[in-house]
Amino acid sequence: MPSTRTSAETAARQAAAPILSARELCVDFKLEQGWVRAVDGVSFDVRRGEVLGIVGESGSGKSQILMAAMGLTAANGRCSGSVTFEGEEVLNATPDRLDRIRGSSMSMIFQDPMTSLNPYMRVVDQLTEVLVAHQGKSRAEAVNIAVEMLERVRIPDARRRISLYPHEFSGGMRQRVMIAMALLCRPALLFADEPTTALDVTVQAQILDLLNGLVHELNAAVVIVTHDLGVIARLCDRVIVLYGGRIMEEAAIGDLFTTPHHPYTQGLLAATPRLDDDTAHDLRTIPGTPRALAGQISGCPFAPRCERRMERCTVETPTLRRTTNGKRAAACHLVTA
Amino acid sequence: MPEALLSVRDLKVHFPIGKGLLAGAKGAVKAVDGVSFDLQPGETLGIVGESGCGKSTLGRAILRLTKPTAGTVVWLGQDFFGLDKAGLRKARRELQIIFQDPLASLDPRMTVGEIIARPLKTFHPELKKAEVEARVREAMAQVGLAPEMMRRYPHEFSGGQCQRIGIARAMILRPKLIVCDEPVSALDVSIQAQIINLLRKLQRELGLSLLFISHNLSVVRHISHRVMVLYLGKIMEIAERDAFYANPMHPYSRALISAIPLPDPKAERARERVMLQGDLPSPLNPPAGCRFCTRCPMATDLCHSSEPALAPRADGRLVACHFV
Repeated sequence: MPSTRTSAETAARQAAAPILSARELCVDFKLEQGWVRAVDGVSFDVRRGEVLGIVGESGSGKSQILMAAMGLTAANGRCSGSVTFEGEEVLNATPDRLDRIRGSSMSMIFQDPMTSLNPYMRVVDQLTEVLVAHQGKSRAEAVNIAVEMLERVRIPDARRRISLYPHEFSGGMRQRVMIAMALLCRPALLFADEPTTALDVTVQAQILDLLNGLVHELNAAVVIVTHDLGVIARLCDRVIVLYGGRIMEEAAIGDLFTTPHHPYTQGLLAATPRLDDDTAHDLRTIPGTPRALAGQISGCPFAPRCERRMERCTVETPTLRRTTNGKRAAACHLVTA
Repeated sequence: MPEALLSVRDLKVHFPIGKGLLAGAKGAVKAVDGVSFDLQPGETLGIVGESGCGKSTLGRAILRLTKPTAGTVVWLGQDFFGLDKAGLRKARRELQIIFQDPLASLDPRMTVGEIIARPLKTFHPELKKAEVEARVREAMAQVGLAPEMMRRYPHEFSGGQCQRIGIARAMILRPKLIVCDEPVSALDVSIQAQIINLLRKLQRELGLSLLFISHNLSVVRHISHRVMVLYLGKIMEIAERDAFYANPMHPYSRALISAIPLPDPKAERARERVMLQGDLPSPLNPPAGCRFCTRCPMATDLCHSSEPALAPRADGRLVACHFV
């Protein structure tokens, strides 16, 4: 179902306090060559009932934003800046505190359901664990809730299948199990990292449909990370375009696709093959290759590949500037007001 | 009709399973199960389908990289599967392949120059060092790599550049056909567009034929003259590109096209979808009758009992469906 909302609803949502706020978030990793920065000063808000998309190519830092917010940054990484959940700082929070938030109000759907489900545990045990641990439910109650949730994500014969092991499910069914697990505690905030990338296109269509229905039903705040502009177009209300760890552009879904301001967004849209564009000519490309992790550089991270680069772009890093109506923002010296 | 470059007839690739410690085979995965088509010189045929449909196995079997179970492949008028070792070696010069994972398909201990020169040294040991180097430079220039980079190693290159190296290695023998097995699936969007344009250019300028295997129908549309849709080892539809995308006839083709999320929020949210139920059935135990019947929104009793033939339609395309 298309997500159509009235302008009153949109206005109400805008007024509500954000459930998640990131401010100047930086994530660095210690590698052989020293510390390199994967996420470089990222700030954004998400509110309840809103689906925020983060789109970028490999190495843009998009997944690391989610990992930092979930307290899952790898051992060789460090985070700085601030990420608050319902007003409370979660960046570098203690494991106890994180456990409490993660189990009850914040959850995540990972890309590959085969490697993120425990192959040694029956699905029923993986699903009920969280309910028993966080909500003090009895085992029997927890099983009933889990079966109900599996039915909600349209797993046929859920009461029998819940006793199976993950390998006994197909890829699409495993991703449904993952989604059910993430939604069990009715989280206020849901992260999804490339939730359909590992799936075939007909199964992807089913899962996107399912996600779309569920997030609106739960009125959760959702952050989806993907490289696929089609997935963004289908699910999101607002989009952040990331390149080299920095936000290049932020806009409402319609604005981003119809009037992209940043040259990188424009390039990305033009390079994406469509089903309705002209095939007589070559695809538009972005010259060069995505920036590899390479510490901090001066200037705009996209400058080396930008066709509209000026001298200033290689020296002075453009700040993310909001338009006067505050509805969108771009980090580019060429984009004014 | 000019003579086909490649004619594939009733090709089958079955993988026996269960041949373990205890007695004989329990069955077979019919990865490719009776595929026939012709490929003309200078033509690009896109082969699409979901995982497990047999598209990669088909590509590999045509090159005899996987042993076919039955069927024939006629390459430039000669029986390719009947060729002896020497004959196969000779023919292989003109049939090359590029792979999905660009870095994994390059030997990390060889320099890029050595990797690209390898097929040339194998097939033309008589060439002098300077001649080999000149050909390597030519191939590198052709795919947009600076020839000065020939002494570097694969790990020093990005994914897109590694794919260019793989293409240069395939090009150096000046082949007539390249099988491209998901060549852009591992690449970022901006790099994917560069590689598609490169393959289009090579195809156009050198009159190459390509078998372009991909699960991405938007990519296939940009490079193919014709499109073949596979489902569980069988052809569901094979049609001219524009006719196919404007009017996909097989219910599976329609579902595939309608499942692609469009990078256009308005169109994406307004469109009517052909939503398929369930997942791909196991290729070990494909449904009786039409293989697509378990997920087909149009299926009737007839589809469960009788397998539709791949039959020609008014515009010349072939479709395997009782109701088209």
